Amino acid sequence: MSQEPLVRWDWIARNWANGGPTAISALLENHIVMAFLPVLFGLVVALPLGLACVRWRWLYQPTAAVMNVTYSLPSLVLFSIFLSVTGLTRSTVVIPLTFFALAVLVPAVVDGLASVPDPVRQSAVAMGFRPVRRLLRVELPVAVPVVLAGLRVATVSSISLVSVGALIGQGGLGNLFIDGWQRQFYTPIVVGIALIVLLAVLADGLLVLAQRLLTPWSRARRAA
Amino acid sequence: MITFEGVTKRYPDGTVAVDDLDLEVPTGAITVFVGPSGCGKTTSLRMINRMIDATSGRITLHGRDVREIDPPTLRRGIGYVIQQAGLFPHRKIVDNVATVPYLLGWSKKKARTRAMELLELVGLDPGLAGRYPFQLSGGQQQRVGVARALAADPPVLLMDEPFSAVDPIVRASLQDELLRLQSELRKTIVFVTHDIDEAVKLGDTVAVLRVGGRLAQMAGPATLLTEPADDFVREFLGRDRGIRRLSFISAKEVRLRPAPSDLATDEAGRPLGWRTGDELAAYGTFDPESDSLRAALDAALLSANGVAVAVDEDGRVRGVAGRDAIDELLAEYAPPPAPSPAPSPPPSQGSGPAEEAPA
Amino acid sequence: MNFLFGFFGDASRWSGPDGIPVRLLEHLEFSAAAFLIAALVAVPLGMLIGHTGRGALLVVVAANAARALPTLGLLVLVVLLAGVGTVLPVLIPLVVLAIPPILVNTYEGVRGVDADLRDAAYGMGLRGRQVLFRTLTPVALPLILLGLRLAAIQVVSTATVAAFVGLGGLGRFIIDGLATKTYESVIGGAVLVAGLALAVQFAFVLLDRVVVSPGVRQVR
Repeated sequence: MSQEPLVRWDWIARNWANGGPTAISALLENHIVMAFLPVLFGLVVALPLGLACVRWRWLYQPTAAVMNVTYSLPSLVLFSIFLSVTGLTRSTVVIPLTFFALAVLVPAVVDGLASVPDPVRQSAVAMGFRPVRRLLRVELPVAVPVVLAGLRVATVSSISLVSVGALIGQGGLGNLFIDGWQRQFYTPIVVGIALIVLLAVLADGLLVLAQRLLTPWSRARRAA
Repeated sequence: MITFEGVTKRYPDGTVAVDDLDLEVPTGAITVFVGPSGCGKTTSLRMINRMIDATSGRITLHGRDVREIDPPTLRRGIGYVIQQAGLFPHRKIVDNVATVPYLLGWSKKKARTRAMELLELVGLDPGLAGRYPFQLSGGQQQRVGVARALAADPPVLLMDEPFSAVDPIVRASLQDELLRLQSELRKTIVFVTHDIDEAVKLGDTVAVLRVGGRLAQMAGPATLLTEPADDFVREFLGRDRGIRRLSFISAKEVRLRPAPSDLATDEAGRPLGWRTGDELAAYGTFDPESDSLRAALDAALLSANGVAVAVDEDGRVRGVAGRDAIDELLAEYAPPPAPSPAPSPPPSQGSGPAEEAPA
Repeated sequence: MNFLFGFFGDASRWSGPDGIPVRLLEHLEFSAAAFLIAALVAVPLGMLIGHTGRGALLVVVAANAARALPTLGLLVLVVLLAGVGTVLPVLIPLVVLAIPPILVNTYEGVRGVDADLRDAAYGMGLRGRQVLFRTLTPVALPLILLGLRLAAIQVVSTATVAAFVGLGGLGRFIIDGLATKTYESVIGGAVLVAGLALAVQFAFVLLDRVVVSPGVRQVR
């Protein structure tokens, strides 16, 4: 055990694409799907829900409370509870992670819309924008930086949390941790951590890039 | 007394905020630093309590170089009021006011008693003492800010645009309150504002600074209005300087004549209006004891027949002053004759009784 | 529901070394130890960085790293490296993952105090340390408490997963249940952990009420 190196490159080479379901590339693919679906679903639900919370202020308090409670539950707890509903499937990981993504994204959408300066909103009204057009043309674009900040947090968290799903057999790269633990073998664990962090950094970078492209004005304003 | 001797503030990026400033702030009077943004007025103020340190030159307070004094000790002896009041949101009003006494080690009881006195002094309901800052209006918060600055009875008060964030009506009442307080307390006050009207209203002495941190002119407000040193000061003072200067001339010397019979009064002797046929026409009043010549002129202009009605403090008619009487006084205080009706009077001493010589 | 009755109705679950009270106590012990260490490191550090403005980059890096690092991988790696069977190494990932939320929120809290307020505090003659403790800290307290709350929840959560590498605590019910396909144990354990997480959440809400000045709470 003490002679065991942290990383054995030959193992990685042999297991990167061995054709089986436990190949590293297969796990990676799986991981990506299970990490991004919750964020996607989360965003699709959070936008209308966030808008509704802004439109009807009374809705926000209870929504925020539910989100808060959800967010405080450990991922393993939610996986365990959904296990009795959806069994040992991907859904048992994807559904709870969707709730986590929502817990980050709904406040982000609400804060984003709240970050629209009142004069901007007022002048849009004064220029004759109707509500829907005002939302699409003025308020949402101005809210983009805040929403994207939330999206970054949700994405990175989701990528890292998927690995806990390995405990119920659906963890993507997390399965490497179980494998390494059972065989007292460092290499899969290190590979798993490295790929997950890499994936997170990459996704985060892409979202930063997306923000620069979507909101060229926000960078200029920060520089001023 | 506070003196600036060749004080310069230059920032590492090369910006000069204050350039070789020499001036004296007289004891027991209000000195206003006024100028456009970027003129270094706030920087100059903040160098007095060493919130900013000068690059070169010397600032003395009561004859001591402020740089010899440990900043916190120096600051505890100088009241400081800023624009948004800067009240501590987590402390009740009474404890906010008692901040410096606590720092100076007063007992809690003594500090709170003092705080309550001060709340009353600045015209606040003592019932507000137990509230938190967010429960007060902007004007009330600003009064608390003044009370807090006065808590340890410092001889010097620095006020950095204290009233610029409140609406004009509240601002006017805060200004009046400050003048009332000052007539009792006689503090040495340095007051920074960008509002020339505020400067002229409050200042015993007004220092006009120009962009780049240079002193353009320092004078009493009336002198400033009649004899601006150059085009920059003239432009900064704005229009109607002649009219505004009348605010500094007392209406006491206006020659009154007995009220004519066509001035209708009630049984207490208070004016009702000028009789014209069956109707009563508009009239304007001034109190010669407390009002300025500007108020007298205004009263004349408001009267249908151009005659101002002089009243006493109870509003009873004391006499009337026609425009001829006001004109007489205007002539007396007119700036020395100029070759033509030029907008700028020549720079000579045209001082009136209400004017204080620059220190 | 049947799962729950099966789990909580079983008298043997309530005593012995694998009983609910013992597991709960274990969970609390580990969590409290990790939380306290993290708080003792991160609160002073966050205040210092927030007050002086030096080291802000460290905060940003820590925040991002903590989110990206997979809990389970970190646990497994640290325990394998330290040698299976020892307990103390498990505390390392628990502490490491609890530090960033405290650090970030304390930093943001102190940093975000209104500039006018700092100015007024210095202007009245408070010294650096007095400004930090009498003005910045009370005003930043809501955010500091938020950071502590997030960290506490993170610790409770990580400690659950740590059952996989041999730590006791409530996670045992879930991990052992999964291994033996005893779902009532999995669900029972999940409910217990959920209850604990909510209790922690609630405790912090109460703490907030007690220690945060009403003048600050209302401003938010």
